[in-house]
Amino acid sequence: MTTSLSESAPLIEVTNLTTHYGSRQILNGISLTVNKGEVMVIMGGSGSGKSTLLRHLIGLERPTGGCITLLGQDIGNMTEHEMTKFYRKVGVAFQGGALFSSMTVGENIMLPLREHTKLDQKTMEIMVRLKLEVVNLAGFEKLMPSELSGGMLKRAAFARAVIMDPVLLFCDEPSAGLDPVVSSSLDELILRLRDALDMTIVVVTHELESAFRIADRITVLDKGDILTIGSVTDVRASDNKRIQDLLNRHFEEEILDPDEYLARLTGEPSDTFSHA
Amino acid sequence: MRMLKAPSMLISDRLLSPVLQKVEAVGRTTAKWVDSLGFGTSLLYQSVFWLCLGGRRKQQVRLAPVVSQMMEVGIRALPIISLVSITIGLMLAIQGIHALKDFGAEHQVTFGVSLSVVREFAPLITGILIAGRSGSAFAARLSTMMINNEVDALRVMGINPVRFLLVPSLVAMMVMVPSLTLWADIVALLGAGLYITTALGISMGTYFAQTIMYLGTDDVLHGLGKSLVFGMLITLIGMISGSSVTGGAEGVGHVTTRAVVHSILAIILADLLIVFLLTR
Repeated sequence: MTTSLSESAPLIEVTNLTTHYGSRQILNGISLTVNKGEVMVIMGGSGSGKSTLLRHLIGLERPTGGCITLLGQDIGNMTEHEMTKFYRKVGVAFQGGALFSSMTVGENIMLPLREHTKLDQKTMEIMVRLKLEVVNLAGFEKLMPSELSGGMLKRAAFARAVIMDPVLLFCDEPSAGLDPVVSSSLDELILRLRDALDMTIVVVTHELESAFRIADRITVLDKGDILTIGSVTDVRASDNKRIQDLLNRHFEEEILDPDEYLARLTGEPSDTFSHA
Repeated sequence: MRMLKAPSMLISDRLLSPVLQKVEAVGRTTAKWVDSLGFGTSLLYQSVFWLCLGGRRKQQVRLAPVVSQMMEVGIRALPIISLVSITIGLMLAIQGIHALKDFGAEHQVTFGVSLSVVREFAPLITGILIAGRSGSAFAARLSTMMINNEVDALRVMGINPVRFLLVPSLVAMMVMVPSLTLWADIVALLGAGLYITTALGISMGTYFAQTIMYLGTDDVLHGLGKSLVFGMLITLIGMISGSSVTGGAEGVGHVTTRAVVHSILAIILADLLIVFLLTR
């Protein structure tokens, strides 16, 4: 299902997105838009629903309710074949890199080209070298993923994600598990990709410094709800207590009812164990 | 009274009698098996679809990964298949002559050995060895890929995981398991011949002439046909087990073991069914 996309129309439009696993509500009616050329950071603590939101945005999961429109197409109504074609315009850099361990770095990056184009080997090799140059990994194409450091793996994952020159790039926790220097260089890489390749980028992260460094706008999620969407300044200035807690790295301990906690652990009402 | 919403929490095991608990356990296990059967059928259907119509969807199955899988599951299994087959052949010959000696019919041993090797032992032993070697490898590879988001990465690259991961393995297995079975036939018969010729004082030429005389084309095809089914079962079970992984390294170990056990069980049951349908 394709609709024409005007210049000013947002590239991503999420309307009232709801999802639940069994009886557990994960996302409660999320609505947001991402405009062309923008870096949108989705931020939140553990269990806030940010990774689930990302999986919905890239079509790996179907929502229980609501609508996701990417590049003017409602991805909820797309067939497998339409999704396959659609994915050629989208790049995803996963948290751990998700490079195929049986292939060299070069083969990993070349894979989308090999599968979706009829380019000859030489041209594909040149394109791989170009992308490796962009992510500062020139000359690493012959190495196996197991021979790369954590930061290099993420860079290689970026190179694979952008090899088809996608319009949209999604990044899952690009700075997770990296030291501040490497993390900062990856942030610069994201900004360079946006500027050099004219991409719209969605980054899911829980790293505040990274978010503030790269974001044009930030969406703050908490327990499946959007707390705010705004610029870095807006988010910093927010007087919402949960946002301030997040910014100050102060998380309130969940206050538990002992009976409820016991029931959660045992799967039974705690009365079973009472002597009364 | 609190309402516990999660379905598994709705019924407490303590409220069920032991009999009902057993019934519930049987029901859950049956549902899991039916679920796996449905999933396996769907995988097979999708594999045939991508194999036949992948080109039309611009996702044809490539030859290179098929050849690579054929090397892995077939050529690299030759030493172990050869060793086990020659041993089985020798053992069958020794046991056969020992059993037939009592009736003074040891000269008929070639008949018994050749039929049992070609119709039963070669496909079964090859199937079991491949289940242990390649079925476990399929499950371990897929489960590791699932844990590392590599399958998700394939999907978001617009590459169908069934076409990319399963079909090359399935094609390779359906070519190589019958080929290995044919090889196992030859090696096991050679092993049996080594003992029979010495024990009965006949030449190798006479032994093979007898073997060819006793064996019909249908005997060879019976064994090869079964091995084709075994190859398909091992691949599908490996993939089903691999895709059901939960947790980390422990989960990979668990699904790998399950793939081997279920494959061997499936091979033996399929063998029994085929023998029952075609041999009586």
